[in-house]
Amino acid sequence: MKESIPLTWRKIPDRYRLLGSLCKNCNSHYFPARHVCPKCRRKGKIESYQFSGRGRVFSFTEIHAPPAGFEEQIPYVMAIVELAEGARCTGEIVDVLKKDMQIGDEVEMVFRKIQSNDPEGLIHYGFKFKKVKK
Amino acid sequence: MRKVAIVGVGMTKFGEHWERGFRDLVTEAGVKALEDAGMSGAEISAGYVGTMAAGSLIGQEHTGALIADYMGLNPIPITRVEGACASGSLALRQGLMAVASGMHDVVVVGGVEKMTDLDTAEVSEILGGAGDQEWELFLGATFPGLYAMMARRYMHDYKATEEMLASVAVKNHKHGSMNPLAQFQNEITIQDVLDSKMVADPLKILDCSPLTDGAAAVVLAPLDIAKKYTDTPIEIVASAQASDTIALHNRSSIAGVKAAQIAAQAAYKQAGVSPSQIRVAEVHDCFTIAELMAIEDLGFFSKGKGGEASLNGETQIGAKIPVNTSGGLKACGHPVGATGIKQAVEISWQLQGEAGKRQVSGADIGLSHNVGGSGATAVVHIYKRVN
Ligand SMILES: [Zn+2]
Repeated sequence: MKESIPLTWRKIPDRYRLLGSLCKNCNSHYFPARHVCPKCRRKGKIESYQFSGRGRVFSFTEIHAPPAGFEEQIPYVMAIVELAEGARCTGEIVDVLKKDMQIGDEVEMVFRKIQSNDPEGLIHYGFKFKKVKK
Repeated sequence: MRKVAIVGVGMTKFGEHWERGFRDLVTEAGVKALEDAGMSGAEISAGYVGTMAAGSLIGQEHTGALIADYMGLNPIPITRVEGACASGSLALRQGLMAVASGMHDVVVVGGVEKMTDLDTAEVSEILGGAGDQEWELFLGATFPGLYAMMARRYMHDYKATEEMLASVAVKNHKHGSMNPLAQFQNEITIQDVLDSKMVADPLKILDCSPLTDGAAAVVLAPLDIAKKYTDTPIEIVASAQASDTIALHNRSSIAGVKAAQIAAQAAYKQAGVSPSQIRVAEVHDCFTIAELMAIEDLGFFSKGKGGEASLNGETQIGAKIPVNTSGGLKACGHPVGATGIKQAVEISWQLQGEAGKRQVSGADIGLSHNVGGSGATAVVHIYKRVN
């Protein structure tokens, strides 16, 4: 999917360094950032929050039929990562294949190129994860 | 609120209709439904249509107006509704509410999708829009990939196997082989599924529903005048809808669809029936894992037991609870916006005793379960034969 320059630009803090939200009222963490805490609604007190980037694999898959822009990467592992603070996000696990993966594996955020086939010439960067070596 | 019945149904054959366009398909389904109700069209006072992505798939928005025009129904008010793969059931629910409230008397409800005008990769990307475009798809997930992560977690939590997943596709192809309107009417084996090309591990191509062109339509009327139009009206005795987070990763559990559980509970309460009273069900098997979760979310089997039940044949015609007698999304096909309406059409035929070779004997109460995206929208309807 093509993404415009304004969209790419405004996602930079979240995508480049996992900047999300914390609700000071109920201590829930959110990624990506939200303006309303779904638990507290109007009583919520949302602040910007910098995630540590550490987490565990909640589930994963190995993609063989890629979306546009990922053709050269297959097969690659995508996962739902439960961040140490409690929020979850979806991201690629780099440098592994399915056979190396288990639910519960410890991972940490890395900064990588996401895709670069944008017709406007944009190179999209952002977070991925890699397994923490034990 | 007034009681509402389906008084006419119709659908096109599902498949790759390269020679026919969006408006041809939806007109055929609509005309068949009107014919089935013995109506000229003058009786219709409003229309609702479900289509997910006509704008992206064929470059056409404003599809409500287009359909009223080509069905010769101007100047009725007609409204398009969208809820990804659940668009059809949302349209049915809108039509039901319009008749139940007394705002309209007789309404036509359609669902349609024309999906084979673009190549598969483009269509897959468009369907991905049913998930979170910015925080799932853009980062490299695919729509099958999201369901694959549900499958992996389900298998992890309940010790389910890839054979259990495959058994859903095998059963749905078997049912599809008895449906002359199904896209696939061939039978397959568990080994065929396991040997098919990997899409998003553990889901293979035969775990996935196909891309399909097709349309379906129903005519709704107040129950008290339904017999004017048909000898066999089908009362819609429950309609429930629920929502959840757009992104899969934000759900507390991904080994089930919470919105479907909530909609199902609400629907059973409205209808005053229990899961064990349902004689036939059409459920949303966009991927094989989705059917295993559905038969648990609907209360047919307890949590984690759906895989074994499916492998043991308990969801086949003639068994405990026949699921997806049409062939489901897997074999009948999945023209996204049409699916929810096709489910209502199939249940109507079953409850009328008109389902031919795939007839479930004694079917008097049926259910449809339609899910949008990876579970951010879910709709459950319950239907009863009127004696
Ligand atoms: Zn809060």
